Amino acid sequence: MLQVDNVEASYGLFRALSGVTLEIRAGEIVALLGPNGAGKTTLIRCIAGLLRPRAGRILWDGASLAKVAAHRIVERGIAVVPEGRRLFATMTVEEHLDLGAFAPHARAARPQRLEEVYAIFPVLRERRRQLVRSLSGGQQQMVAVGRALMAAPRLLILDEPSLGLAPRIVESILGVLGEINRRGVSILLVEQNVHAALALAHRGYILESGRMAGEGTGAALMDDPHVKRAYLGPLALRR
Amino acid sequence: MTIVLQQLVLGVLIGGLYGLAAAGLSLIFGVMKVLNVAHGELIMLGGYGAFWLFALGGVDPFAALVVVIPVALAGGALLYWGLFGWVVRYHEETRIKNSLLIGFGLGLALHAAAVQLWTADERSITTAYAGSVLDVGGVSVPIVRLASLVVAFVLIGGLHLLLGRWRWGRAIRATADDWEAALMTGIDVRRAYLLAFAIGTALAGAAGTLVSVGYSISPSIGLEWTLKALIVVVLAGLGSMLGTFVGGLMLGVAEACSAMIFGGPYREVVGLVIFLVVLVARPQGLFAK
Repeated sequence: MLQVDNVEASYGLFRALSGVTLEIRAGEIVALLGPNGAGKTTLIRCIAGLLRPRAGRILWDGASLAKVAAHRIVERGIAVVPEGRRLFATMTVEEHLDLGAFAPHARAARPQRLEEVYAIFPVLRERRRQLVRSLSGGQQQMVAVGRALMAAPRLLILDEPSLGLAPRIVESILGVLGEINRRGVSILLVEQNVHAALALAHRGYILESGRMAGEGTGAALMDDPHVKRAYLGPLALRR
Repeated sequence: MTIVLQQLVLGVLIGGLYGLAAAGLSLIFGVMKVLNVAHGELIMLGGYGAFWLFALGGVDPFAALVVVIPVALAGGALLYWGLFGWVVRYHEETRIKNSLLIGFGLGLALHAAAVQLWTADERSITTAYAGSVLDVGGVSVPIVRLASLVVAFVLIGGLHLLLGRWRWGRAIRATADDWEAALMTGIDVRRAYLLAFAIGTALAGAAGTLVSVGYSISPSIGLEWTLKALIVVVLAGLGSMLGTFVGGLMLGVAEACSAMIFGGPYREVVGLVIFLVVLVARPQGLFAK
């Protein structure tokens, strides 16, 4: 469904990605792991059309996204939940969800999507007239996920959805991703919480200093030395 | 006492136009992060548009709004495509600098064109009812200026509703807040810029029409109106159109007060003092959300 093929990207002279290849198949949950500064957010920005790769291809349903404007990429079925949520400060919960269905194809199905999002996050229905800044961090994350779901995506990309949230909230947010996936949405999950991410994902990739350092199924990656060194600390390797 | 009240009333009446002038500038700046210093010249052109409609076609200036607003809307779209749309490709800090250069150039060109078309003389629209005055307990309220205040308020209220209810209005607000997040939400940010610029220009055209009927216009009023609008934008802060309108009223009243206390020549000074005080004490403005 999504193929990232040998992508290179840079900010000015700084090369953030070199030769990154990744694939997401329909129905999959794929985890993207790696230390801070590895280029995970850069890769997401490339897929979303916010940053154009220097080289390589990004194919969606076999067609290149190189010349597709960022807002059209949303229309084609890729929605991003950005790092730090990036909600609109002056808007209510329902205004966010309404804007989420801005693209023409999503507009028609808006009432059903809204019911679906409220079914997944019942608390958002109770809070629908509240400004998002009056919500807790976990609820704000729900709004961010809900806004992306309103675009009727076939691929949902989440950039560190658990950042800054209490462990119990993280568990429930990640749990919801499984439910969203069962409704037929593929998921690319960038996550610091390696154990939880690999437990949820079918497959995972490890990005290190802008290069792919490993890939495999969840269980296999759990034993990968790169993963251990990066997340469990050097001592874990000696065991 | 009556004299004081009289001055305050006149201050409120002109303040409504300051608010309307500032609303357009605020919308464009808030959404595009572009400062159009030719905003005052656009107000001037709106005034001459109404003047021509009145002088050549006998069209009532308030009815002329129905023509001036759509024409200014289209003119704003053309200005965006031809000039300001190029600037939004750049990073936000670069945008301001480039937009200042474009704005000053555009302002000079429009000023020169207006001198050619209408000469440098002052003009104003004198309708049959121009001299009518409403007497409220000894305070005289010029009908035309009162009507202008009401029209300004209605336009600002309409803009407020547009930004709150219309789906592109919400898209404009989202773009103003975080354009990247807006893009990721599926909003065509360039189109939001275009709409904001066109609506901002239409507001300038409407403000100009009201200026030409209650006050007077000449090709050189542009800079003065840009400054007034800028002071109100700084005073009120970005993000709330109703706040901008209140900021305009406050500037009008403050000018009236200073004219009474220090004398007419100091009228302009108070605005600049407010500008500095707000920048130092509350840089985000009084009503910023």
